[in-house]
Amino acid sequence: MTCAPTTVAIVGASGYIGGELLRILLGHPLVEVAAATSDRFAGRRVDGRHPNLRGLTDLTFLPVDRLRTYDVLFLAAPHRETMRRIPYFLRRAGCVIDLSADFRLRDPAVYAKYYGVPHAEPALLATFRRGLPELWRDELRTADRISVPGCMAAAAIISLAPVADYGLAAGVVTVDARTGSSGSGTTAVMTGPGGRAGAAHLHAERSGALRVFAPTGHRHEAEIIQATGLSVRMGATGVEAVRGVQVVCTFALAAGVDEQAVRGAFRKRYAGEPFVRIVAQRRGLYRYPEPKILSGSNFCDVGFAVDEQAGRATVIGALDNLVKGGAGNAVQCLNVRLGWPERTGLEFPGLHPN
Amino acid sequence: MASCPECEGTVVLTERPQVSEIVECSECATELEVVAAEPLTLALAPEVEEDWGE
Repeated sequence: MTCAPTTVAIVGASGYIGGELLRILLGHPLVEVAAATSDRFAGRRVDGRHPNLRGLTDLTFLPVDRLRTYDVLFLAAPHRETMRRIPYFLRRAGCVIDLSADFRLRDPAVYAKYYGVPHAEPALLATFRRGLPELWRDELRTADRISVPGCMAAAAIISLAPVADYGLAAGVVTVDARTGSSGSGTTAVMTGPGGRAGAAHLHAERSGALRVFAPTGHRHEAEIIQATGLSVRMGATGVEAVRGVQVVCTFALAAGVDEQAVRGAFRKRYAGEPFVRIVAQRRGLYRYPEPKILSGSNFCDVGFAVDEQAGRATVIGALDNLVKGGAGNAVQCLNVRLGWPERTGLEFPGLHPN
Repeated sequence: MASCPECEGTVVLTERPQVSEIVECSECATELEVVAAEPLTLALAPEVEEDWGE
């Protein structure tokens, strides 16, 4: 007996996240990529925008209003645009997995605060399940609407879940996030507000810079607070890398918490997780989570260091912003939703050296 | 198999560990020295720390 492959379509497929969805899903043995949309590049070959896919597909971009119906629809369109068109998208597939920011936050007031506009479909916010299997695997098994977290948020949420679950922190947790340039997307240079911020993404400006683009109150702060319940303050810096996110989270230890308790919490929280590895080593080339060696992989590495004398801890997380921080995590959610082995299509271990 | 004195992770040993043998913890990658074979006793091996900030 043979089973028909699950048909998927990708909205916003010309961007970096869309390209990674294509790369992963074209290699997924249980999926058929039936459509990839881009209004801007409609009619052009997909491998023109994603040259790493040459020879793997003859797909051309479809205008978004020409979508048919599919088993699963991945939304990799910009925020604001996604919520504006969501009623149309929901009619196109039984299962919708959104990678934009529009359905991550439960509270429309919080969305307005962090994104600067009122939410267009506040009544739909509660209908989306949160797409991070490490925290919400059971909910995802039956979810038809899934919203995956932002890249830096995913790294911080996975890093801080043991801290929240085991009560390791006292007071505020500070998240210092570092991100590669691909996190800005493919249109950052052209579409900065008034063309001003866009210029900051030029190679001449970005190369060699450690750009503190959000010293306080980065948007992903709201997601981390919502997911962990911790009191979180987040800033972010753009660094000299194309891919990769690293979060360095610092906090005061709760009373009675020592290094053994921290290690035990991480070990118990992530025992058996297919894509989370604890990296807190005394020796080795990379003793703590390092995004450089995670490029292309769906791993999120987490580690920690404890200063018992000062009563403080540092928790570190790293991932590929486009994979575990986006497309790979979305495919992991698909695997959970459809009852497939969770690693399907996501086996690539990353590159070293890179 | 033994337990790491640093992190309580698993340490894989040869069949007959020898005194002064260096082994590595599979979890925290700490180098450990076999300081006694019977009963088996492991201790942290000396190491040089990284310092990139000088």
